[in-house]
Amino acid sequence: MISVSGLVRDFGGFRAVKGISFEVPKGQILGFLGPNGAGKSTTMKMLTCFIEPTSGTATVGGKDIVKDSIAVRKQIGYLPESAPSYGEMTVVEFLSFIAEVRGMFGASALKAAEAMRETCDLAAVWDQPIETLSKGYRQRVGFAQALIHDPPVLILDEPTDGLDPNQKHEVRKLIKSMASNKTIILSTHILEEVDAICERAVIIANGSIVADATPGALRERSRFHNAVTMKVAPSDLETAQAMLSGIGGIGNVEVLGGDRSTIRVFPKKGNSIALKISELSKQRNLDIEQLQVEQGRLDEVFRSVTKPEATKSLD
Amino acid sequence: MENFKPLFKREFFAYFRSPVAYVFIVIFLLASVGCTFFLGGLFESDQASLDPFFNYLPWLFLVFVPAVGMRLWAEERRSGTIEILFTLPVTMTEAVLSKFLAGWAFLAVALFLTFPLWLTVNYLGNPDNGVIFAGYIGSLLMAGAYLAVSCFTSSLSKNQVISFVLGVVICFVLVLLGWGVFTDLMASIFPSWLIDVVADAGFITHFQSISRGLLDSRDIIYFLSAITVGLALNTMTLNARKAS
Repeated sequence: MISVSGLVRDFGGFRAVKGISFEVPKGQILGFLGPNGAGKSTTMKMLTCFIEPTSGTATVGGKDIVKDSIAVRKQIGYLPESAPSYGEMTVVEFLSFIAEVRGMFGASALKAAEAMRETCDLAAVWDQPIETLSKGYRQRVGFAQALIHDPPVLILDEPTDGLDPNQKHEVRKLIKSMASNKTIILSTHILEEVDAICERAVIIANGSIVADATPGALRERSRFHNAVTMKVAPSDLETAQAMLSGIGGIGNVEVLGGDRSTIRVFPKKGNSIALKISELSKQRNLDIEQLQVEQGRLDEVFRSVTKPEATKSLD
Repeated sequence: MENFKPLFKREFFAYFRSPVAYVFIVIFLLASVGCTFFLGGLFESDQASLDPFFNYLPWLFLVFVPAVGMRLWAEERRSGTIEILFTLPVTMTEAVLSKFLAGWAFLAVALFLTFPLWLTVNYLGNPDNGVIFAGYIGSLLMAGAYLAVSCFTSSLSKNQVISFVLGVVICFVLVLLGWGVFTDLMASIFPSWLIDVVADAGFITHFQSISRGLLDSRDIIYFLSAITVGLALNTMTLNARKAS
């Protein structure tokens, strides 16, 4: 559905996007991750034809973003960062205007706008000027504006930025509900969001793609992946350490916590150690209060791929 | 141009969605009445004509038109809606023309509302209504030229005040070039052929010839060219730096 090849964008002498390429098949939700200033928004602005690439190109639904930009824009619903809209218009006026520019006229424009009243839950503010609305409602108006023509492709730049936890939950539910028949790219720097809604995550840093995988596969890259955290009585600490040194496939062992009763055990790469530890502890009658297998941490992977020198100072 | 209509409609009614439009119109009408009766001395002149009004109009427009046009692009850029606008299936030409024409239509409304002046001179005497009609046509054309300049300066900055000041400065130069007082002053320094060329580039020269009742195609072409140049610069500016 979306195919990006070698996109480059310069601002003055600064190269914001340094030749990125990826494909998004139909129906996928792709999370676009990266630190601020990594080039996420710039890439999205090129895909939505707001700015032209310095070199390289992309196609959306088979149409080229440079040569056939009007056809591309017709297929895309775009929510820009911080959801701008014409503040002096009421919600219904604004949505009807967007519908008209999207090729619906008169009664059908109003009908399309009214369909959005339900989808985006805007009934309470329907006749209010947008500038008087709260951040959450403005974001919903931005959503409605992007969805009004039922586009096959949605591009959302930080759709949950600045919302409270309830609103975030609502927006994620909305995005997930649309996933079945739309291709969605969303950018975020909230990692839990990637876990919650994305099937695939592309991490970009300094204008280049540094990782492209499912959230699960990314988590496996974490040094915490399959690590075991166990809590024992302080008196058993030495027994536990002795026991652990007898198990194969174990790498580092760290003692954490002020009372020195929590141990974190890291496996050697590719080993699964949780089962062995729990069996052995039972045999030795070790009093274990808590035993937990770590999934791996996205934030750590995120930091290690976007800023490799910073990983050493973790924890 | 299929999207021209909704864009024009939105832009035109945007003026009336805020109190600014009404404030503009009221101030413009008060100022035009003030110029006509007090500065222009309509009663003292003892003539049934709108010359006092038309004589001051280039100076009124100098402040009024950039104020009407400053919002057009600067506000889109400040609020970020320009990103909505240009990711809709809208061409640059549609966007530039719809904004310009919406502003021009607003100015036409303001000009139309000066009709009580026309009623007054018709009540007081027997003016040449053909000349007055030509004066209004000239006023509208001149307003378009001012507005095209203002559209251009509006696209230069996110800040409406900067847009306004730049607009006033450029329009002021264009007014000055054709203003009798200024050309007389320059005539003592520069050769007369140069003065003629320079005066020919100014607004007043062409406006005066129309408002005397001469609808000369050269003057009409002058204003239409000025509009075209302003909008072309506007388009170039947007293409180069709409994202910055």
